[in-house]
Amino acid sequence: MNAPVYNFAYLDEQTKRMIRRAILKAVAIPGYQVPFASREMPMPFGWGTGGVQVTASILGPDDILKVIDQGADDTTNAVSIRKFFAVTAGVRTTTSTNEATVIQTRHRIPEAPLREDQILVYQVPIPEPLRFLEPRETETRRMHALADYGLMHVKLYEDIAVHGHIATTYAYPVKVDDRYVMDPSPTPKFDNPKMSDCAALQLFGAGREKRIYAIPPFTKVVSLDFEDHPFERYRHDGECTLCGADDSFLDEVITDDRGGRMFVCSDTDFCEKRRGDAA
Amino acid sequence: MNSDQPLLAAEGLSKFYGRRLGCRDISFELYQGEVLAIVGESGSGKTTLLQLLSMQLEASSGSVTYRMRDGVARDLASLTESERRFLFRTDWGYVHQDPAMGLRMAVSAGGNVGERLMAVGWRHYGRIRSAATDWLDRVEIDANRIDDAPRTYSGGMRQRLQIARNLVTAPRLIFMDEPTGGLDVSVQARLLDLLRRLVNELGLAAIVVTHDLAVARLLSNRIIVMKGGEAIESGLTDQVLDDPREPYTQLLVSSILPA
Repeated sequence: MNAPVYNFAYLDEQTKRMIRRAILKAVAIPGYQVPFASREMPMPFGWGTGGVQVTASILGPDDILKVIDQGADDTTNAVSIRKFFAVTAGVRTTTSTNEATVIQTRHRIPEAPLREDQILVYQVPIPEPLRFLEPRETETRRMHALADYGLMHVKLYEDIAVHGHIATTYAYPVKVDDRYVMDPSPTPKFDNPKMSDCAALQLFGAGREKRIYAIPPFTKVVSLDFEDHPFERYRHDGECTLCGADDSFLDEVITDDRGGRMFVCSDTDFCEKRRGDAA
Repeated sequence: MNSDQPLLAAEGLSKFYGRRLGCRDISFELYQGEVLAIVGESGSGKTTLLQLLSMQLEASSGSVTYRMRDGVARDLASLTESERRFLFRTDWGYVHQDPAMGLRMAVSAGGNVGERLMAVGWRHYGRIRSAATDWLDRVEIDANRIDDAPRTYSGGMRQRLQIARNLVTAPRLIFMDEPTGGLDVSVQARLLDLLRRLVNELGLAAIVVTHDLAVARLLSNRIIVMKGGEAIESGLTDQVLDDPREPYTQLLVSSILPA
């Protein structure tokens, strides 16, 4: 097969260099959104263009790539991004969390604990946690600069006022390293505690919004809350129908049109491993 | 507290917009618990002056000093931005003419009042909420409207909510830009009553910009009359309004329709 000639991992070297510089800066200032010159990628904005650019810039020939979409390795987005890098970089891909060195994710953190030699790349739609509270970017940047974050609690206050508890279940705001308030991309808040003190480097790429930010390994990440309404993880009350896990994040699957439903692990690799071990 | 020092002192404040004059050489002192009215026609520089005093505009020349809570008088131009912001949401209040400018219209009344508290580090929902309830009560808003967004409020209620939002951190100085503009007469009267009561109860100092002499008469202790960017007359409110010296002030006073 005569594949079209791409530079390794699609992006040209100068672009990768620019993105790496942004990543270095992001790692140096945990939680700070670094602007970068986001490129057009051969996929629409909103499909992970930010994550793909970050992955392309950090990928080396020996890396093993895993891509998950809501925990699953087998959905369209995950499969096509994996294929994209298999074609343009020729790297090995995997669905196993343990085997992977780079994991690109759309909104889940794998259940298996991550290691120091792994990098987790998040696809981020809206990097600005204050966006829906303060639409002016000039103002939100200033608020970040001055650590003026009272407004973030107004949102949580509104949640409690309306729903009686903090009803934000995803994109739950966190404070990184006691300084910057950060949107952890729309991961379920179940995953928030995993970000703190994580052994792996966590990188966040927002392609449309042209921002990169990062959580270096072993950094403190605290979910914002009130003293009398503390942060709580949320998971469906039940266990996985397939593997019986009672501690993993569950997806609800509707099985028929008569109200039948079941819960299964959102992390397919975790679920398959458990079933393999049991068999 | 050393309250024989002025709370706020303006010295030779001038502002030019390019070659156009905003206001020129304004000096005055404001003491704790004192209400100062700035009156004048449209375009006379009232709002420019208010923005200079509250650090929203940079003065072309002159200075504003403010006695901070620790008793030290500081030149406001020398504050860092974070100090200025802190001052703005703790020790100061700013009531806009249009409540939509001073409120978050999509956030509930409780959230609006609580925002300043959360900004200064309150992290206890129950306490924030009871402070908000207390303040809604003080500005005569029914406590069961606490979870409604201000866009569902009437104009007068919005203005009262804006006042509550500003007063919740017990500021010592409050700036008001035409606080009763755009309200009908009966609502105006009620708001003025409320303001007068709050100012007296809390010992607030206030600077009120208005073109309505009745508002000035009712609220303020002292008055500055502005025309063409300059302060042409100042003094005790009753004195100035009863016995105006300048022809322009005489004109203003005599142009009030008899009630």
